[in-house]
Amino acid sequence: MMSHLYGRAVSFTCVAFVFAVGLLVAVATPVFAGPYEDALTGFTTDSFGDTDTAISGIAASGNPLAATVVEALRDGRLMFSAGGKTVFFKDKTEKLFDAATGQPAAVTPPDLAPVRLNNRLRRSVDAAIGGLTLLSPNSAIRLGAAQSVFRSRDATVLSVLDQAIAAEKEARIKRALTQARAAVILNQEDAKEADKIDAVAAIRERGDQDALQLLGSLPASSSATVKKAASDAIASMQSQLAIWTALQNTWYGLSLGSVLLLAAIGLAITFGVMGVINMAHGEMVMLGAYVTFIVQDLIRTHNPALFDYSLAMAIPLAFFITGAVGVGIERSVIRYLYGRPLETLLATWGISLILQQAIRTAFGPTNREVGSPSWMSGAFEVGQLTITYNRMWIIVFTFLVFIALLGLLRFTRMGLEMRAVTQNRQMAAAMGIKTARVDALTFGLGSGIAGIAGVALSQIDNVSPNLGQSYIIDSFMVVVFGGVGNLWGTLVGALSLGIANKFLEPFAGAVLAKIAILVIIILFIQKRPRGLFALKGRSVEA
Amino acid sequence: MTFPIIRTLDRGASIFLVLLAAFTIAVPVLNLLVPATSSLHVSTYLIALFGKYVCYALLALSIDLIWGYAGILSLGHGAFFALGGYAMGMYLMRQIGTRGVYADPIRPDFMVFLNWPELPVYWWGFQSFPYAMVMVFLAPGLLAFVFGWFAFRSRVTGVYLSIITQALTFALMLGFFRNNFGFGGNNGLTDFKDILGFNIQATGTRNALFVISCIALGLGFLICRFIVTSKFGKVLIAIRDAESRTRFLGYRVESYKLFVFTLSACMAGVAGALYVPQVGIINPGEFAPANSIEAVIWVAVGGRGTLTGAVLGALVVNYGKTYFTTGMLAPYWLFVLGGMFVLVTLFLPRGIIGTLQHGLQARKLRSAAAAAEAGADLEPDPALLTPAIAPARPTPASRPAPATRPAE
Repeated sequence: MMSHLYGRAVSFTCVAFVFAVGLLVAVATPVFAGPYEDALTGFTTDSFGDTDTAISGIAASGNPLAATVVEALRDGRLMFSAGGKTVFFKDKTEKLFDAATGQPAAVTPPDLAPVRLNNRLRRSVDAAIGGLTLLSPNSAIRLGAAQSVFRSRDATVLSVLDQAIAAEKEARIKRALTQARAAVILNQEDAKEADKIDAVAAIRERGDQDALQLLGSLPASSSATVKKAASDAIASMQSQLAIWTALQNTWYGLSLGSVLLLAAIGLAITFGVMGVINMAHGEMVMLGAYVTFIVQDLIRTHNPALFDYSLAMAIPLAFFITGAVGVGIERSVIRYLYGRPLETLLATWGISLILQQAIRTAFGPTNREVGSPSWMSGAFEVGQLTITYNRMWIIVFTFLVFIALLGLLRFTRMGLEMRAVTQNRQMAAAMGIKTARVDALTFGLGSGIAGIAGVALSQIDNVSPNLGQSYIIDSFMVVVFGGVGNLWGTLVGALSLGIANKFLEPFAGAVLAKIAILVIIILFIQKRPRGLFALKGRSVEA
Repeated sequence: MTFPIIRTLDRGASIFLVLLAAFTIAVPVLNLLVPATSSLHVSTYLIALFGKYVCYALLALSIDLIWGYAGILSLGHGAFFALGGYAMGMYLMRQIGTRGVYADPIRPDFMVFLNWPELPVYWWGFQSFPYAMVMVFLAPGLLAFVFGWFAFRSRVTGVYLSIITQALTFALMLGFFRNNFGFGGNNGLTDFKDILGFNIQATGTRNALFVISCIALGLGFLICRFIVTSKFGKVLIAIRDAESRTRFLGYRVESYKLFVFTLSACMAGVAGALYVPQVGIINPGEFAPANSIEAVIWVAVGGRGTLTGAVLGALVVNYGKTYFTTGMLAPYWLFVLGGMFVLVTLFLPRGIIGTLQHGLQARKLRSAAAAAEAGADLEPDPALLTPAIAPARPTPASRPAPATRPAE
């Protein structure tokens, strides 16, 4: 009760002082002692109790030096002279300043000693810093401080909070501050009931998980009306939250699904056209990621200004390099194994082992650092959805690749030939299509797309020789689920697996969700052994 | 009018069994009776190593039975191996009793550590050796039966089946890595003390385990031989070479496949159960898809559809692995292994034994043809006319489309 009223009283004085005295203090020696100077003397008695009072006094004073002083105290840089009743702080370079004026100290008193702290005081110091940063000129820091007060619900900052709310101009931060204030009030035993009900309304507006948790854990002493208001707010928030959670899961699922699509689409093409399971597909993805690493490495050493374009450069490079590797594999190994899909599977597995080990020998087994260009880092919020730029661009990129592939298959001569070979190899050959050439190009195309996928995955995953291994089984599942010979099957397969995975995760945890998906696919393939979008008609017969 | 036993044991099989018997007797003799100073002495370390190889050979045999004779390429046979191993491991865990770190008479250490109040139901009974042995067969067998029943009934074949089996073992691996599955999580089951009252580290026990593994391998070989030489085995080969035709002839393809798949899983389980006491640990890493694929390459190297080839392949590849991974050459092992996958499928599609057999047959056929030309009306043995394995490189024109599943 007392502290609250005291805080209020001080805060009124403060507002006056901030403008009248506070600014003056910085430039001139004060002619009269204000609350800040009064509080400072508390440090000179070398008693923990007095120090505590001094900390809250300083925090509440609103003096522009307050933050500096409290931070100095936290770092053990705050000194006092018991004889002269004066307090000093050192800056990072050990230079001594007078804490009352902020000016460099003229003389160094002989009995200078650091102000001591114990654990209880450290908590007060942290709380005070939390409160003081509420007044920071930097809006991001103010917002962060408001969030941290919302979580800590520390009653001592209430006065500063009021002051900050009054001074705040940005609506977004003002809302955060108001919500923080509401959180503090709700946890105060002695706040007025009307204030508390207002607070519940303010928190209800916030409407996220934190707010829900806050209202769910009201102090037991709260009155019945407050509890009623809180439970009403919880009910309305929960239904809203459920929608947001579903949206969030869908977004994560889309993001995972697009990654799966990117990894699986090349596999689907080679499997669809050639009936070849390429176990080295994951390694093509890995090669693409390493191409990105090399490109960024070269840019860093030669022309750092181009860093933002590194991905744009890496994409065609990765496509052609992995595509060339793919054509090489097809010409040297796979073409001798047509008609023996199981042997192809083993041979490509062998190739994947060799590629992995080659990369491990060349680049070492550890993760390589691949940076994100500036336009891919950061996030923005839509309602309660947090959308990171890299995920968003990957989704966009995936759909661009998908559309490009659709166009390639639909409108180009090569696409026409590929479709013909997929549907009926012998007839296509009889019509004069060079099926061997189509096979090589298809394998190159599939591998090249895997390389592009590697560029995208390097942005969200660790670039290590094992990168491909973590995607290969999932990609197979997508192909098995979606069916071959139709890119739409791969699209639907990848997105539905991604979304199903993310919706199962909250109930079952990430690992169990994955197991559940695998079991579901094993069961699904009972019903449709050739996937969702199977080719129909005579063409499926061998 | 041939007796099954004669049909089962042709010359190659007899040679194999004699060699195996000699190996089974010689190794313990060289370990126990020859003094350690002699150059002929086989150390106890080598006994455990050989025992491990023999278990791998049994696993390879089980893969050859389904891949070489029924055309089912399972990339998840390591799962059955590991399940058998876990069943044995659970028995061995219960035998530790109060000698564990926490000295709990019932619960294994990891359960005490995780604060599990009591033994979960699926751990009940594992203190009894016979029960554990039943589970060694039952756990992999049941999984294979259920999985196979679903897969074969809906005619999932070829690469689809391979991928699904791979997903199966992957899912199991993820599951067993979790602590709350109750199988020791990441660390698996280890720190075993004794088996049937014998100290698991003792030289005598190691020799006994080695001999038992060899006997299991011999028995497994006999069972496989018996199956593949019987009429049942002929149907299996028919399924391998022309599944739809066999079905149209009126055979219930899925039942044949299901039986042989389940049997093969049980054999893999036994191999795993014998493997665990000899290496002293079983952990979820055994479920890794890479392990299962590696086991397939043993069979491919030795020669699929030959049984003896599977055993030979397992021994050769694993000896090579030990040789490579224990020396300076360790970083290059994966190159060798990967190269083996590629080169064997390209240049040695019949494997070592298969190529030898093929060569012998070709010579016999030539000499028979020469004899026939010389005027003698000797009829060539019809068995020699059937090639052991489908031709290596079909012409492009005969290349089937991706779809291998027949129409309905």
